[in-house]
Amino acid sequence: MEILLYLIPIALTLGLIGLAGFLWSMKNNQYEDLDGAAHRILFDDEDDEPQIPSNNRGKV
Amino acid sequence: MTCLHCGEKTAPGQDFCCPGCEAAHAAAASVTKGSGFSRLANEMDEGGFNLTLGVEGIHCAACIRLIENALGSEDGVTHARVNMSTNRVNMSWTGAREYGDHLATVVSNLGYRLHPLDKAADAVDEETRSLLRAIAVAGFAAGNMMLISVGLWSTDSETMGMATRDLFHWLSALIALPTVLYAGQPFFRSAIAVLRQGHTNMDVPISIAVTLACAMSLFEAFRHGEHVYFDSAVMLLFFLLIGRYLDARAKGKARETATDLLSRLSGMATVFEDGQAQQVPIKELKAGMLVLVAAGENIPADGTVEKGRSEVDRSLITGETLPEKLEAGQEVFAGTLNLSAPIQVRVSKATEKSLLSEIVRLMEVSEQANARYVRLADKAASLYTPVVHAMGALTFIGWWLFMQAPWQVSLLHAVTVLIITCPCALGLAVPVVQVLASSRLMKTGILLKSGDALEKLAEVNTVIFDKTGTLTIGHPELIADDYSNADMRLAASLAAHSRHPLARALSAAYDGELMELEVTEHPGRGLSAEIEGWEMRLGSRAWCGDQTAAQQDNALELWLQVGDDVRARYAFSDRLRSDAADVIAELKRRHIDVRLLSGDRTAVVSDVSKQAGITSYKAEVSPVEKRDYLEALAREGAKVLMVGDGLNDAPALAAAHVSMSPSSAIDITQNTADIVFQGEALMPVVQAIDVAHRSTRLVRQNFGLAILYNIIAIPVAVLGYVTPLVAAAAMSGSSLVVIMNAFRLNLKRRG
Repeated sequence: MEILLYLIPIALTLGLIGLAGFLWSMKNNQYEDLDGAAHRILFDDEDDEPQIPSNNRGKV
Repeated sequence: MTCLHCGEKTAPGQDFCCPGCEAAHAAAASVTKGSGFSRLANEMDEGGFNLTLGVEGIHCAACIRLIENALGSEDGVTHARVNMSTNRVNMSWTGAREYGDHLATVVSNLGYRLHPLDKAADAVDEETRSLLRAIAVAGFAAGNMMLISVGLWSTDSETMGMATRDLFHWLSALIALPTVLYAGQPFFRSAIAVLRQGHTNMDVPISIAVTLACAMSLFEAFRHGEHVYFDSAVMLLFFLLIGRYLDARAKGKARETATDLLSRLSGMATVFEDGQAQQVPIKELKAGMLVLVAAGENIPADGTVEKGRSEVDRSLITGETLPEKLEAGQEVFAGTLNLSAPIQVRVSKATEKSLLSEIVRLMEVSEQANARYVRLADKAASLYTPVVHAMGALTFIGWWLFMQAPWQVSLLHAVTVLIITCPCALGLAVPVVQVLASSRLMKTGILLKSGDALEKLAEVNTVIFDKTGTLTIGHPELIADDYSNADMRLAASLAAHSRHPLARALSAAYDGELMELEVTEHPGRGLSAEIEGWEMRLGSRAWCGDQTAAQQDNALELWLQVGDDVRARYAFSDRLRSDAADVIAELKRRHIDVRLLSGDRTAVVSDVSKQAGITSYKAEVSPVEKRDYLEALAREGAKVLMVGDGLNDAPALAAAHVSMSPSSAIDITQNTADIVFQGEALMPVVQAIDVAHRSTRLVRQNFGLAILYNIIAIPVAVLGYVTPLVAAAAMSGSSLVVIMNAFRLNLKRRG
């Protein structure tokens, strides 16, 4: 049963990483414009990161 | 010679009748619609300005690209980003605030209309965001706790040992308590707010069940008991948050369009003062100001025409399709469209007193009256709450007083009752069906704008149509005839230069090559051009038609004249939508009373109603009369679906039980309507009613399933036979059954 001492923390950590990733992507405006993102894939250039200035979030 | 600006006679050799007209003409030419937006820009902390505007007409990747590149290539622009989902453009620049006007002009010159935004819309956004965060946290917790709970359920304490079981219980508590504190907030907050006002809603039993479940589980964990319900509490939150999120998103969409409407009304107008043109917000227009209205622009305020000769499209106010001639001294109304030439309007009423605002006010009053509708889910909740709490209380009293059980055990059974009567099924029953139904309708081009539209639509027993733009296409079309090709080419080439509805209809009907012509537009009369010394005219009967020809019918017409020779007569009419008659037959087959209500002339209305097969019609009705008519119907107990597209229908739409408008309708009407449908066909009216019936049936079935589940589960819980495993399984099971039942909406192929 000692294996539990490793497995449970590992399971929780993996879950937390997933959760953190999701919250980060939300905070980073990744879900702001899903329709636009679907179309932007057609652009040739590489400039496709969301550029809303951080100090302006919430005001926008 | 006539004045280029107002069409008055001028001195020989002069282009303008007076210096005022000359200045106004120059101003109207230089002023573009992008101006005046820079005052809305926010100053950024690191210097420079940031501005977000609404954009209309973004359809594809090329649009995004075009706008972003055009802005990006301007000097001083540090950031330009188009949001396609919300139809917004966000831009930042360094330098002067006024530079924003230039940037806005760049975008509007590309052909995209800009409008200012209302900042209130952001709050809605924030609500769905925080719900999504709560779902993420609850989902993470629920998943990880299941991992532990499966271990707890599959063996008993003898096999795994007391210490291991306690460890599992405390781990669950460790995950569950912060999760409940965070993810439960939307429910707790709403429950407290409602309790303060002395009411109750669905959130009250949810909050009590979750809180009690956690408190009791903690107590059990302390005394090494086995009734630990952390997993059930978190699972409950997770499922309910999903329902809440779907609900919030549907409502947010509706509010988004509503705020867009208000901001669009608050655009800019060009005011002419001391020989200078200035951009002034429409809200700040005052009586006595002189406003320039370019051809193709909406008249911003009620007033009289000071100078200029043009035609005005009043369909917004009256529903009348024919453009009316406009001359100096005539009265104009805000919101009507100036068609053929620039005019100067002396404002007679401040904007908030204009006829347009009057209509908007009427609409708001009717909408408030309509907001009293109680949704099925709320009715269910108001029954559910007292029943469940009474049940819990009775269980406690029963075990404590009659079974002589210790109070801890009695409380345990009471809490189990609260958990197992899980409101999941109730909380999910409506949102899931609604989201599935609206996405299904969306695919066929029908957009649901308010959450209760489907429910109301299922109750409809009377449908009232507007004529122009609803039963009919809404704009004139060329009546097919054997026009000679050469004439047609000539006429279409002339017509291509005008925005007049008839000219547009003519160019739309011709798809061959056009001739290069230098065309002059004569307001109120027509178009002319010279080719190889011949003067060609396309216009009204009086100006270039055959004066002697008999006026055949009610049709609108254009005449083509080359030299002195009258070549052709082009007749136009506003035709019925192709499936109008079928739709009305279908509605009648469903025992729905169909009526026609129009602001147009009686002759035209009776004609249309005959073609469409509607027996009951009323013509020459003003917007106020329309609304009164609907209110009278409502008093008689009829549940009316109003289908309309004009501004004159807006108050009636708001007064109706539920309303629809085609996507060709003006913004304000689309915003008032509960449902907007796209495309040329009218069949969406029938489709929406059918889907509404089916989804309401599914919602009722789901309530039925939830009640059935509770009838079975509650006695088991009251008698004290429920273990944590049974509680979790029963609860999740009931939620899944409800969700799966909702998906049956998409299984059925008919309709």
